[in-house]
Amino acid sequence: MRAIEAPPQRSWRSRFKVAGLPATLIVGGLVLFASLVLAVVPSLFAPYDPAAMDYNSILAAPSLAHPFGTDSFGRDVLSRVIHAYTIDMQIAVFATTGPLIVGVIVGALVGYAGGLAESIFGRIVDAVISFPQLVLVIAIVAVLGPGLTNMYIAVGVIDWVFFARLVSGEVKVQKRLDYADAGRAMGYTPMRIIFRHLLPNAITPAIVYWMTDMALAILLGSSLGYLGLGAQPPAAEWGVQIADGKNFMATAWWISVFPGIAIVVTGLGFSLFGDGLAELMRTKK
Amino acid sequence: MSALATPAETPALSVQSLTTVFQTPKGPVRAVDAVSFDVMPGEVLGLVGESGSGKSVTLRSLMGLIHAPAQVSGRVLWQGADILAMPKKALRRVRGGEVAMIFQEPMTALNPVLKVRVQIEENLAAHSQLDARQRRARAIELLDLVGIPAAERRLEDYPHQFSGGMRQRVMIAIALASNPKLLLADEPTTALDVTIQDQILKLILDLRDEFAMSVVFVTHDLGVVAGTCDRMAVMYAGRIVESGTVAEIFARPHHPYTRGLLGSVPRGGAERTMLTSIEGTPPSLAVIPQGCAFHPRCAYAVEHCVAKRPALERIGLGRMVACFREAEVAAAGAPV
Repeated sequence: MRAIEAPPQRSWRSRFKVAGLPATLIVGGLVLFASLVLAVVPSLFAPYDPAAMDYNSILAAPSLAHPFGTDSFGRDVLSRVIHAYTIDMQIAVFATTGPLIVGVIVGALVGYAGGLAESIFGRIVDAVISFPQLVLVIAIVAVLGPGLTNMYIAVGVIDWVFFARLVSGEVKVQKRLDYADAGRAMGYTPMRIIFRHLLPNAITPAIVYWMTDMALAILLGSSLGYLGLGAQPPAAEWGVQIADGKNFMATAWWISVFPGIAIVVTGLGFSLFGDGLAELMRTKK
Repeated sequence: MSALATPAETPALSVQSLTTVFQTPKGPVRAVDAVSFDVMPGEVLGLVGESGSGKSVTLRSLMGLIHAPAQVSGRVLWQGADILAMPKKALRRVRGGEVAMIFQEPMTALNPVLKVRVQIEENLAAHSQLDARQRRARAIELLDLVGIPAAERRLEDYPHQFSGGMRQRVMIAIALASNPKLLLADEPTTALDVTIQDQILKLILDLRDEFAMSVVFVTHDLGVVAGTCDRMAVMYAGRIVESGTVAEIFARPHHPYTRGLLGSVPRGGAERTMLTSIEGTPPSLAVIPQGCAFHPRCAYAVEHCVAKRPALERIGLGRMVACFREAEVAAAGAPV
């Protein structure tokens, strides 16, 4: 008899693979690719001008001429949903990239330095996570005034903390490993050790979280748009559109529902892609 | 002071009263206690002891690689300058430039996400004036030197694509990139197969001759010491208990611990004899016994050994021992 090792247990999702890649990565990637194309060249796909009002078909139900119907100004909902990709994908990218960069740099430095820097950082983390993110962002936007730029600032002020926390934890683990000591023994500067050696080994969770964070940013952006604190009407933005339709929910549900579906699909795309990425990194290790 | 110095030469490395104390929740732990030794140019010194005797911490302390919360005191004179008191910039030139270090586990000591070429060239960039093309050529040369076949092709490989022995060769190649004058080796063969061990040891000795390096070899393997080292220092509970040339110590140990270690190693060729073992286990560094730390396990211990700690004393040319009863131990001769 010989010992047989049990195969490692894997989640049901990881069993679906396409060309060696996790299926989640591929599905998520396709959704994101489509979203990006729509965001960059919406006019190629939108049948109408998103701001053009057609007074002959106000609050028209979905039809062949207007597949998603029209809103209370007679604007084509499909065209508005498509054009909204430009703003909402922009929110996803702009609101999270700055925090990613700042958070990764701060997290790497804090994780490596430890001591006092770490204690101070820990208190900042406590302060930020003790509020729901949405409440904090609304409070900051309320002070700065509504609009997309102020929303980016408000999100950025808070969001970097989450990236920094992830990276500092990883760097703290990595800096105790032999190769970090080997780097010191080789006479490399702390900056070189942190950014050339530790960070590439520590950044994976932050990249995966970045994907999730973009989905969260779209939710946050459309929440603020809905509340009138983010993108301003008449801009085509999903949150703004949902707000536009909220008085007509009983009679013209399509005004709000289709932008809502767009939010769900895009958010799901980011989440699936992030999941697939995490899966890929795990198997690589 | 200098434990192993012969008067004629000046040592390349002189470690004086090196002490490392870790602050732990259970109180301070003296992992290294007033350790002193010298390494001559071109000499191979073996630092021997059981797990937890402080030999690896000694090596890391003298390179300034100990993490807080810990205090390192004493002096580590590298060609006259104290490594522990050096300004950061000078320290960076010495570390990796003049003094290189290789680690026990080559998998964790190499950066998993960087190609081998990048890791060798990085050391060259930090410690030489070579341009990019010369660095690449030198990287190939180094891999060739440490006996990696198809060096040019393997340059673009990642550490995980190498076997254990090959990884250690890569580690050595990186360490040698700057032509160091002293190589600190922290159990470089412990994680390897016996056959590979032998190759790596031979390689280190060959390179010692080629580069005229000194080597400090930390190991728990007396076979390795016998095969490679010129002198040895035996550590127990953070202190050096005996030092001298390998030939003298193997022939005539003066410390009961050394004698016990030697007795527990099987020897080929001789008649079949019983192996002896040292009773008990090494003490926890947090509760080192009063007096001589070895007394609870020592067959020679007398009352005096419990009351007072023996100092490391010179008993001959370059020969030191810390035992009140060294004469009796020596009289018993080598075990087996």
